[in-house]
Amino acid sequence: MADRFAPGDRVRTRALDPAGHTRLPRYARGAVGTVVEPAGRHPLADDRARGLRPDPQPVYHVRFAAADLFGGGDHSVTVELWEDYLTPAEEQA
Amino acid sequence: MSGHHASSAISADVRAVEAFLEQRGVLDPGEIDTRIDEFLAGGSPANGARVVARAWVDPAFTDRLLADANSAIREVGLSMAGGIQEQRLKVVANTAEEHNVVVCTLCSCYPIALLGPSPSWYKSEAYRSRVVRDPRGVLREFGLELPAATSIAVWDASAESRYMVLPRRPEGSDGLTEEALAGLVTRKGLIGTASV
Repeated sequence: MADRFAPGDRVRTRALDPAGHTRLPRYARGAVGTVVEPAGRHPLADDRARGLRPDPQPVYHVRFAAADLFGGGDHSVTVELWEDYLTPAEEQA
Repeated sequence: MSGHHASSAISADVRAVEAFLEQRGVLDPGEIDTRIDEFLAGGSPANGARVVARAWVDPAFTDRLLADANSAIREVGLSMAGGIQEQRLKVVANTAEEHNVVVCTLCSCYPIALLGPSPSWYKSEAYRSRVVRDPRGVLREFGLELPAATSIAVWDASAESRYMVLPRRPEGSDGLTEEALAGLVTRKGLIGTASV
């Protein structure tokens, strides 16, 4: 599977509040950020926590402006996110 | 029975599970201790400090470190392969314009091989929840007052990568040996809650 996103791409995170384990932090849901670089390929933690054996998928460092996450602040927050968590920013999540 | 438990409520639960597994023969007595000791063996902030000192004296090493930290640290005899699988290491360099700070908001992920066991404040909910929202205020409480013009980059270890900060080389350290430079680097500096 080719990487869907490349450095510089604007991406939107899923806004869903899943029932089980996830590594998409609550503060970073439904937010738009920029892909910084790939961070390896790993099985989706959400599925592994449910006892499944998913195929590895790309993980990315995604950088958010604090103002976009919290409505204020001049810093950035970079989070590693699995490809399943992301859609292109111009699409509706 | 493992000797690594603190006195918190979750520790009591973990002790109960561990005792049950030993009773049922799933774990040998003391096996958890052995595993933890093996995992922690050699892990110390002195390792991270050595990496930083090498980076300060060797710009080409710095370039390799920032591009592929896992490969670069092997040049100084270190590795992130001490656990179940090799962990990806990402080194983030402080500059005059930007200061980096590391957190794991979901739990307490941390590069133990390079920094040793994490300090208790790193695992506290207060640090984890506040540093992503107000890093400048949290750093001020650590005694690190950054110039207003310095932007702050927070790195949240939410997945498989582990982060280490490469502090800026202190002014006036030109004449020091690599070993002496390593002696300037603190664990807080490697996390980003101190300047060095």
